[in-house]
Amino acid sequence: MSVSRKKGIDYWLPKLVVSPTLVIALVFFYGFVLWTTFISFTNSSFLPSYDFVGFDQYVRLFMNPRWLNAMWNLVVFGVLFIGICMVVGLVMAILLDQNIRAEGAIRTIYLYPMALSFIVTGTVWKWLLNPTVGIEKFVISLGWDSFIFDWIIDPDMAIYTVVIAGVWQASGFVMAIFLAGLRGIDTSIIKAAQLDGANLFAVYTRIIIPSMRPVFFSAFIMLAHIAIKSFDLVIALTGGGPGNSTDVPAIFMYQFSFQRGQLGIGAASAVIMLMTVLAILVPYLYSELRTPKNG
Amino acid sequence: MAKSKNPSYASINGRAVLYAVLIIVAAYYLLPLILMIMTSFRSMDEIRMGQLIEWPKSFSLDAWSMAWSEVQIGAREDRGLRPYFINSILMVIPSVAISTTLGALNGYVLSFWKFRGSELFFGALLIGCFLPFQAILLPQSQLLGWLGLSGSLPGLILTHVVYGVSFTTLFFRNYYVNLPHELVKAAKLDGAGFWVIFFRIILPLSAPILVVTVIWQFTQIWNDFLFGVVFSDPSSQPVTVGLNNMVNSSTGEKQYNVDMAGAIIAALPTIVVYVVAGKYFVRGLTAGSVKG
Repeated sequence: MSVSRKKGIDYWLPKLVVSPTLVIALVFFYGFVLWTTFISFTNSSFLPSYDFVGFDQYVRLFMNPRWLNAMWNLVVFGVLFIGICMVVGLVMAILLDQNIRAEGAIRTIYLYPMALSFIVTGTVWKWLLNPTVGIEKFVISLGWDSFIFDWIIDPDMAIYTVVIAGVWQASGFVMAIFLAGLRGIDTSIIKAAQLDGANLFAVYTRIIIPSMRPVFFSAFIMLAHIAIKSFDLVIALTGGGPGNSTDVPAIFMYQFSFQRGQLGIGAASAVIMLMTVLAILVPYLYSELRTPKNG
Repeated sequence: MAKSKNPSYASINGRAVLYAVLIIVAAYYLLPLILMIMTSFRSMDEIRMGQLIEWPKSFSLDAWSMAWSEVQIGAREDRGLRPYFINSILMVIPSVAISTTLGALNGYVLSFWKFRGSELFFGALLIGCFLPFQAILLPQSQLLGWLGLSGSLPGLILTHVVYGVSFTTLFFRNYYVNLPHELVKAAKLDGAGFWVIFFRIILPLSAPILVVTVIWQFTQIWNDFLFGVVFSDPSSQPVTVGLNNMVNSSTGEKQYNVDMAGAIIAALPTIVVYVVAGKYFVRGLTAGSVKG
């Protein structure tokens, strides 16, 4: 290939190189979101139709008890999953930050579930939580005859098993983020505080944790994102059951769109999911963009 | 890096409790994996009679060969997870290669060949990191239908490339932006062109971010289930879909040893990557989160 000195080539070549990605962004991101939004305002069923019906699909969606149940499950799962992951992740990060021998090995163990597919996690926990072969049977065999741990087959409790498996998979990841945050803190402030007589607890609660606000924020965003998209974990763990008791919006969207042929209501549920993500994301991006970085 | 030892933890008791907690938590993370491995080596008779946590009395690879090539999954002719595993390999290699190449080139342009609107383009592209894929599933399946790629590996690869390029671009761009710009400026003054600078200067400096990106993309695409279940048919389904079908569709008595062997088979490639290159894996995770 000849090296061109012409301004011309170096002017258009970079644009040519990014043009496939520009097409991707315009068509596959923005175009497709618009298309989905458009479909949600039509009476599409098995095939997309272009008969505009206004907000009918959204009305049907929010009149549908399965959807309301799925949204409620997402709230329950999301709050517990994010909350527990944050607490466990923070506590483990602080404990690991105390000059621990073999820190690397311990960190590796805490984080490996993040390398697994949610399908694998779901398969394993489905077996462990199965009362007839898993933890319940094991504890009973130890001599505690009345032990019951059958959440996975109890419609009222099954959603909490999704939390258990989700926390197992993602909490080590949150620990890694927090640990990186802890290591990024200016140690001179901490030393100064300790010279002033602050104990370790006070150093963490008054200085370190407040200064990690951005880290909390990005961990929250990541976890919220995982929670809203949660699909594979629930499919593999409970399949949405018993009954529809562990339905989440992602499963609702999949079943209505691809198994029941109700594209309109499926699209409407997808739009609501997108809005939920944006509602969490926009304030975050806004605060990020206000502080310019990376020149 | 390391913080000074705090006096309140200097006492031996405190340290002992600390280590005890850390080890118990490590056991919590490790136990499912250990039980999986142990169960996969046990026979079904032993599992039925025995306990959840029990050393295998006899060491058997039967469950592994069942899961790999013998168990009937759905109605297909090929048995076992092997055809799904092969699909995953055929899917993941081109998807990772293409999306990483695009990401490197985009990152290079967005860092060293900025043009009017390039920052806006970058910002617009980042939505792809956050998009809940449910919002694009319907049009994507329409498009794959029009292209004649429904239920095919090329369709799946296209999907993974398109929805992976935001992350790969973000990784490379954030890495290149911190390289010394004088290098490229000097090369430009010397008359070096776009490709010469990329191949002679930038690419040799890119090894760390290349590893991070390849590992990230490999893990994401290998572990994907949503695209696999929506956009593929039995001939092109990846191993995550195969595993899920195997575990949930098998009739008759549940074969937990086969299920666990299957789960390990599906997880093995990403676990190997994590063990071999864990440092880069973590870097990708944190880069994807903190900077995303």
